[in-house]
Amino acid sequence: MAEVDYRWPENHKMRWIGKRVDRLDGLEKSGGTAKYTYDVNLPNQLIVRGLGCPHAHCNVLAVDISEAEKVPGVVYIHRLNAPGPNDDPVEIRADGTLLVAVAAENEAAAAEGVSKVKVQYKLLDAFTADHDLQSAEANGRTKPAGGGIELDEALGEPGDDEDEEEWENKVMQHLFDTSAHVVEGEYGIDSITHCCLEPHGATVHWVDGKLKVYLSTQNVSQADDGFAGALEITADDVDVTCDYIGGGFGSKFQPNYWGIAAAEISKVTGRPVKFMLTRDQELKIAGNRPSGYIKVKLGADANGVVRVWDSLHWGTSGFNGSTVAVGNIPYVFRPKSFRRKATGIVTDNEPSVAWRAPNHPQACAITQTAYDDLAAKMGVDSLDIFLRNLENIDTPEKAPVYAEQLRIAADLINWRKHWHPHGKGKKSGAVVEGLGIGIHKWAGTANSSNCLLKIHADGGVESYCGTQDLGTGTRTVCAMVLAETFGLTLDEVKVNIGSSTYPFSGASGGSTTVGAVTESHRRAAQDALAKVLDLVAKKLDVSADILDAVGGKIVARDYSGKEMTWKQACSLIGIQPLEVNSSYARGTASPLSSENVAGCQMAHVAVDTETGQVKIKRMVAVQDMGLIINRKTAESQIYGAMIMSIAAALFEQRINDPKTGVFVNSELADYRLPRLGDIGNLVVHLHEPESERARGVIGLGEPPAISGCTAISNAVCNALGVRVPTIPLTPKRVLDALRTAKG
Amino acid sequence: MSQPTKGFSRRAFLRGSGVAAAASSVTSTQSASAAIVPVPIIAGETQVSLTVNGQKKTVTVEPRTTLLDTLRYQLNLTGAKPVSSDGSSGASTVLVDGKPVMASTTLTVAVSGKSISTCEGLKDGDIPKAFVSNDAQQCGFCTPGFVVAVKAFLNQHPDATEEQIRAGLNGNICRCGTYANVLQAVIALVKGNQNG
Amino acid sequence: MKNFEYAQPRTEQEAVALLADQSKHSVVLAGGTDLISLMKRSVITPDRVVNIAEISGLQRIQRDEHGSIWVGAAVSLQSFLESSYTTELAAAQQIIQGIASLQLQAQGTVVGELLRRPMCWYFRSGHGLLAQQGRMVVEGDNRYHAILGNRRSAKFVNPSRLAPALIAAGAFVRIIKPGNDERFLELESLYQTPDQDGQTENVLTQGELVTHVMIPAQRDRLSAAYEIRHGEGPDQPLVSAAVGIQAERGIVREATVVLGQVAPIPWMAVEAARNLVGQPLNEQTATTAGIEAVAGALPLSGNEYKIQLTQVAVKRAVLRAAGLECGGLECQPPLEQDHHSGPLMV
Repeated sequence: MAEVDYRWPENHKMRWIGKRVDRLDGLEKSGGTAKYTYDVNLPNQLIVRGLGCPHAHCNVLAVDISEAEKVPGVVYIHRLNAPGPNDDPVEIRADGTLLVAVAAENEAAAAEGVSKVKVQYKLLDAFTADHDLQSAEANGRTKPAGGGIELDEALGEPGDDEDEEEWENKVMQHLFDTSAHVVEGEYGIDSITHCCLEPHGATVHWVDGKLKVYLSTQNVSQADDGFAGALEITADDVDVTCDYIGGGFGSKFQPNYWGIAAAEISKVTGRPVKFMLTRDQELKIAGNRPSGYIKVKLGADANGVVRVWDSLHWGTSGFNGSTVAVGNIPYVFRPKSFRRKATGIVTDNEPSVAWRAPNHPQACAITQTAYDDLAAKMGVDSLDIFLRNLENIDTPEKAPVYAEQLRIAADLINWRKHWHPHGKGKKSGAVVEGLGIGIHKWAGTANSSNCLLKIHADGGVESYCGTQDLGTGTRTVCAMVLAETFGLTLDEVKVNIGSSTYPFSGASGGSTTVGAVTESHRRAAQDALAKVLDLVAKKLDVSADILDAVGGKIVARDYSGKEMTWKQACSLIGIQPLEVNSSYARGTASPLSSENVAGCQMAHVAVDTETGQVKIKRMVAVQDMGLIINRKTAESQIYGAMIMSIAAALFEQRINDPKTGVFVNSELADYRLPRLGDIGNLVVHLHEPESERARGVIGLGEPPAISGCTAISNAVCNALGVRVPTIPLTPKRVLDALRTAKG
Repeated sequence: MSQPTKGFSRRAFLRGSGVAAAASSVTSTQSASAAIVPVPIIAGETQVSLTVNGQKKTVTVEPRTTLLDTLRYQLNLTGAKPVSSDGSSGASTVLVDGKPVMASTTLTVAVSGKSISTCEGLKDGDIPKAFVSNDAQQCGFCTPGFVVAVKAFLNQHPDATEEQIRAGLNGNICRCGTYANVLQAVIALVKGNQNG
Repeated sequence: MKNFEYAQPRTEQEAVALLADQSKHSVVLAGGTDLISLMKRSVITPDRVVNIAEISGLQRIQRDEHGSIWVGAAVSLQSFLESSYTTELAAAQQIIQGIASLQLQAQGTVVGELLRRPMCWYFRSGHGLLAQQGRMVVEGDNRYHAILGNRRSAKFVNPSRLAPALIAAGAFVRIIKPGNDERFLELESLYQTPDQDGQTENVLTQGELVTHVMIPAQRDRLSAAYEIRHGEGPDQPLVSAAVGIQAERGIVREATVVLGQVAPIPWMAVEAARNLVGQPLNEQTATTAGIEAVAGALPLSGNEYKIQLTQVAVKRAVLRAAGLECGGLECQPPLEQDHHSGPLMV
């Protein structure tokens, strides 16, 4: 058999790929029959609820569980972050940290048990003012978080006897002195939380010494290691299942300590255990995105091309004290000379975890707002400033792609018609309108993935892959690739995912899933098809090279009329099904997948200058993603990402009490999210020039979630002629900015 | 307090023939005979009969057992989801005698004898299909609650305009951001076609 | 949730009898949208829950011989909205529509909405209504807290969205307790500002039941409400104002101005209302009413913006009542249908 040449079919031959296909598990989801981890009920199970610490920073001195044990229905109480009777106090650094877990016969009894646990605390000083660098310094809460300087080579080097730092300062000063336009500004973006609608958690039971776990996870194939390591068993002794996951945006890669506790409680009690976080626990401890605040000075030439950037930024990722990664500043735009420094702030919050496009939305929001302020200062169209600055970006080869995308987006939002100089728009009642832009990048490299493919003698095709569906439409894209390759329909192939007993597939994080599973499925399908074609070639007495799988048949291309149905072809396999196990390793150059995409978003907003309310009128996203597999779900990803951007731009923020540090808005009634009436008109344009499409599949989850926030902030600034420095742009902040501007 | 003036005098209304007299006319419809049978006080477990998706069910609950827990743990109907304790997400929406309510803030004992429709009971109808063809779901966790809310919305507004849809479906939260697709699904349902 | 006894009376008399037992902490359940979530968080831990939703006498909306509308305590917001009665109650209609959650409208009751417990996050996380005599609020995050009536311990805001509109319409409540004892209160008198732990934000005593809210016939009286919301839907508005105005040949003869979300009680802006009398309704008088409505406001560390919002809400409510443009986002025409406004899926 000849070596298989992995590639996608030519465009005109594609029957499934690139088409609009309904997700295969759609009716299970919308009909309410899809079973998520929270929905798995095992016979005789216990329900566990955790007691969250009500203080941001304290020592837990003692825990009295005697009253809780008396609650009818309470079966067992487990200590998590709590001292035993003779133990030292346990220090708690984040509000909501689980202290004790109560296992009971039902939800209500578990919750009542939790309410009866008595805890003695010693309060310690809490610090959560992540936006306040001075105060953080005064409280000893800062940590260096990197930085550096790069100068235009034309500026030469310091002399041998010159102090390098002094020379750099001098050069920077000179660059600013000789700039036609200098902008100084402060910008920021607050911490937000993941707020997965299905809270983190697990349902577990032990069967013959093996742990069976239903876990709400983005990482089916590796979560077993997490359990195994913590429980001192082997990964072979752990089976993880996740058929459906109710929201995973980067926080569901691990079992987490409550997942481990579920296994331990199950072991002690000998009963299945379900342990899900409550809503406020989900917001407080299950994942948040770091904040970022920046002081920027930039200098530009007479055309508005930025030639020098100098920034200090800070923020928090919780008690481990980091901030937005310094390497992302300035974002996409890279003036020839730039200096950047970052300071992490240690706050009494749970450490952050990856949120969709880690670092990028914040970096974009604290960089490209300054670029827009340059346009405002010059009285020049922001679109022109963005276009002119494409000459200095960190991915120079993408400049023409950005230019084309900006042109398309401007057309879709009617930029030239609606744009006006900042603050100079027509006022209608109290309302002014404005336009804004943001541009972004993302790698989207395919993750490693394996696919076990079985073809049965009756023609049945089944794949097995340890991946998961976050809402990506994973089952559907896998089936589309199999159907495409074998010339079959979607209902003639069966895709199995969501179990750690299936071949390894990488975690769904960083927009790596569709690339990964289409790599492994295409490879497996091409490998298997080659074997089937060899059998058919022998039978039909033709060369396998001239056989095609199309329309449910294997057909010879030689006009001989020789063909057989797929079923007849498969009957040649024999009793044992044909099995292939094909794999793709992350980072391997491949004609099937690639990385690095560009995208831009534009927003058209209306702002009420008397109330500070901001309404989205229209948003446009133009996004490249290489080869599109399922056009329908690809568009949905982008709509969703735009709505997330609206959420972060206008609504979401973690609010810590300035005195106690407690996360005060951790219930959904207080943690504001947009609703259907808040989204305006959203326009998605899939940008697929042949040059990009030919590169193969590139991940799409993160990129459209990056620059929308910035576009909205810039649009508000364009409307008002005043920068509202910190995102989210709440009515309070808009009014405060207007008042400050009035002086 | 505002000044009583011609045509609107609350104080006169209160003092004179107003409220008290009217009270008897409006509240006299109270049944006087009911006191004969004492009101049962339920403490501890009790049996409750309900009609769920057309089928008669009897469950054993405590007064504190929410309808959501009853559906999810006793009737294996897990379409309605526990998302917020305060009902602000709408994820636990079911129909009780045709009205959309949050099962998470409803006591099972309070809906004794009533007819409950859950998302599972609607699964063969047009709405879930329109959600699929317009891809109005990503992770899908909020979707069943949205489907039931749309059912209630369309019962009230079968010919809803886009503006009415945008104004009328704000009781449900989606975290993945499917609102644009939900809007399209409902527009398609109003038009009588479910094609995306 | 702590366990409790449950009873479902069939009449008002049965209900008050069940509520009267002084040895038990009893609460009234109607829609449950607020009560059950508070019980889940152990903010309220009653011994007995009395469900009045099945009392047929309380399920009705009726008009009496004086033209007053009687809304029973089991009537949902949705039923009230759909009844023909709200056509003469523009302010109330606007408020219920603005809640914009089908579920809350269908499940929540009119009277229950009037009696919702404060949303103050210190209260809801178990620190009591006063949250350490107000210290937690003053030193804490008070962006949504009171700017008026906040000089003593209470800093929370009354959460009812409907109360200002119904107070502006001159509504009363009927309250009963055992022994055929009934009393009528002007709706605004139902509320109080607690100053000591143990007091609540209303004057109801143990065993009392609000059976109806009664709204006098409005005849040609004008009304409007204006809520300033962060986003669409059921989340709490930032501030609101409701006005009821009797005008004759363009001149105000009588006015009531009530503010929501700004004080521990629905706030009667007496001065602003009085000064409207004798004036025409226009941008200038509306603006003046807004300014006067917040005279005496005392902002906390993080809520000064609510003063401006309140001024604007009053101004716009007055303009809206007069049928004039109020200039906010809702008055904007939808995005013009240019060549790109096809279906969303491009």
